[in-house]
Amino acid sequence: MNGSKRDLAIRVEDIAKVYRLGVKDEMHDTFGKTVMSFLRKPLKNLKKYKSLYQFDDIDMDSSGGADRDDILWALRGVSFEVRQGEVVGIIGTNGAGKSTLLKILSRITPPSRGEIMIRGRVSSLLEVGTGFHPELTGRENVYLNGTILGMRKAEIDRKFDEIVEFSGVETFLDTPVKRYSSGMRVRLAFAVAAHLEPEILIVDEVLAVGDVAFQRKCMNKMQEVGSQGRTVLFVSHSMPAITRMCERVILLDRGQVAADGEPHQVVSEYIRGSRESAAEKRWEDLSAAPGGKVVRLRALRLKTEDQRTTDAFDIRRPIGVEIEIEVLEDGHVILPTFSVWNSEGINVCVAVDVDPAWRKRARPPGRYVCTGWIPGNFLAEGAFTLNTTLWLQEPVRNQEYHVTDVLAFHVIDSLEGDSARGDYVGDLPGVTRPLLKWETVYYEEGREVSRIGRAAI
Amino acid sequence: MNAGKEQVSIIRPPRGWELINLRELLEYRDLFYFLVWKDIKAMYAQTILGFGWAILQPLIQILIFTIIFGKVAKIPTDGIPYFLFATVAIIPWTYMSTSMSLSGLSLITGQNMLGKVYFPRLIYPVTPVLTKLVDFGISLLIIVAVMVYYQVAPTMQLLYLPLFILMMMCVPMMAGLWLSSLSIRFRDVRFAMQFVIRMLMYSAPIVYTASSIPETYRFFYSLNPIVGVIEGFRASLLGLPMPWEYIVPGLVVCIIGMVGGALYFKRMERVIVDVI
Ligand SMILES: Nc1ncnc2c1ncn2[C@@H]1O[C@H](COP(=O)(O)OP(=O)(O)O)[C@@H](O)[C@H]1O
Ligand SMILES: [Mg+2]
Repeated sequence: MNGSKRDLAIRVEDIAKVYRLGVKDEMHDTFGKTVMSFLRKPLKNLKKYKSLYQFDDIDMDSSGGADRDDILWALRGVSFEVRQGEVVGIIGTNGAGKSTLLKILSRITPPSRGEIMIRGRVSSLLEVGTGFHPELTGRENVYLNGTILGMRKAEIDRKFDEIVEFSGVETFLDTPVKRYSSGMRVRLAFAVAAHLEPEILIVDEVLAVGDVAFQRKCMNKMQEVGSQGRTVLFVSHSMPAITRMCERVILLDRGQVAADGEPHQVVSEYIRGSRESAAEKRWEDLSAAPGGKVVRLRALRLKTEDQRTTDAFDIRRPIGVEIEIEVLEDGHVILPTFSVWNSEGINVCVAVDVDPAWRKRARPPGRYVCTGWIPGNFLAEGAFTLNTTLWLQEPVRNQEYHVTDVLAFHVIDSLEGDSARGDYVGDLPGVTRPLLKWETVYYEEGREVSRIGRAAI
Repeated sequence: MNAGKEQVSIIRPPRGWELINLRELLEYRDLFYFLVWKDIKAMYAQTILGFGWAILQPLIQILIFTIIFGKVAKIPTDGIPYFLFATVAIIPWTYMSTSMSLSGLSLITGQNMLGKVYFPRLIYPVTPVLTKLVDFGISLLIIVAVMVYYQVAPTMQLLYLPLFILMMMCVPMMAGLWLSSLSIRFRDVRFAMQFVIRMLMYSAPIVYTASSIPETYRFFYSLNPIVGVIEGFRASLLGLPMPWEYIVPGLVVCIIGMVGGALYFKRMERVIVDVI
């Protein structure tokens, strides 16, 4: 596919979206109160009400937009082009403006500035099952939802059997949807959406619902849509899905395009730039920190090899777990430990500080920073939480101080081919994902021809 | 792909006043059809009487009014039996009041959908005006039955009825456009609705005759388009002389009100999703 030859499908030029803060809540006052406040401060109120619809007072044209505390720039100066048949992923932290961008592209809300050119019919899927009505039967909802998403009746007639087959709810077709399980409802709704045949498909994070098997089915369907030469724009928090499906990724950061290009590079950039959320915890007030009269916890921190604090780790790189303690009483053997839990609640591993310098040795009072390194190519992709426990040994009886669910992090596989998944891009189950050493002996007609080994790291 | 059919659309920040895009609305006729279908089905789902309610509801109201205003208060009706007099007014009034209230609340009712999918926003207030036509059609049976009972023969005046049905649809449309736009700002539209509708009922000659209004106020009185609709229905069904002086002012108000409402709606449409 020679990208440059393909026609433009979408051109976004300097789009900005401004929301006014605060006014929203005040707007929903009762009519009576409004009249009263109009009587009291007529001019001020008139201005306030006008301000909701007009942003004349805001300098829209300055490239970044003026910073003011009563307005919020959900998007500012976003520009990009998408060619026909391109599958583009959009990533970014919560509140980066991804949904806002998709809403503007699908005409749900107008931009405050800029211009968008779209060539072809657009269908957008910002939610699965918009407009489903519980009293209607599955069959009726297929038609209702289909037309809401922009299909014509004739079109649905044509694809009806296919939709029903994809959903797998044939037997309940004439049952009101209110008697469906939520899983069935999602299946049916996605089946309708999957059979839209727009030139441009816009999908927000909607695939996070439904069971794993069905999610996979949906992903495949989206991939199929992409391979049919349609343009797809989709938002996802699943980095494997993004890197697997997209030929290009746009990273939004606080309403601006922070990166745009090759998926692995942009995803890596996203990982690198991730803000520090659950990556660090400090107890400023030592007397309130976890612990007792012997030892207290000062801080917990997740870091990379180059000492950066982050909550997103490349699957190939080690994860440093830093436990900072303050020993207050002499004469105790103290063991910092931590355990790693995955999102399914499985305890992946427990690590006990085995630093030879302090094995079986009482720690004199003072500050200690103990770091345990989880090796790269060990944890599987996904979200993890970290529990920390301080074990107290000799001379007194064992005592423990627990801190649970304070730190959380993600392990992300940017699919560059040198992780344990090799060139496989689908979902991989498993709690750990070690990079094994593999070797092959090749026999040709009974004779050993070669030994080809691939070393781990 | 079929490059010839491809449409190019431009999205820009909206400026100034805009007119309604009728062609776009027409493209969504299948959606109209299913939305109306949904409303009807949802309304009568799991009721024993089903469409029977479309008959029973106005019928009960007619009976109550006949007893209170006809038998007890003995309101004069220019010699028309009160039951007949009330029937031809309450049927269109029931349509206007219910569709007006549904239309006015349509954006609030549909707020979940508003932020999730785009179709012309005008579809929200228009749908109830169409949905309620089904009920209206069914309740016309009451009019037929009552006219047969009172042996009122149809006259040439009946040819005017389509005009008044159209006008009858314009009233809730106009009200719906204004009220739904206002409901974005003021949530108390929801609470005020029932009250306003009750007031409106007495603003029109539904339980009394228009001729009981003093001549000096007649013009102001008939600026209310509901007056024209009710008077028009009575005249065309009962074969009375057409009281144009009650109809024309309301018709003019109705048309101006609808155009104004549509313009205002289009203007408010831009912020609906952001503030709702
Ligand atoms: N209707 C609204 N009124 C005010 N602020 C809004 C509105 N919609 C979104 N925002 C704000 O705009 C920003 C971007 O939101 P969104 O596009 O939903 O982010 P994302 O989808 O990337 O998580 C957020 O800070 C959000 O709070
Ligand atoms: Mg979002």
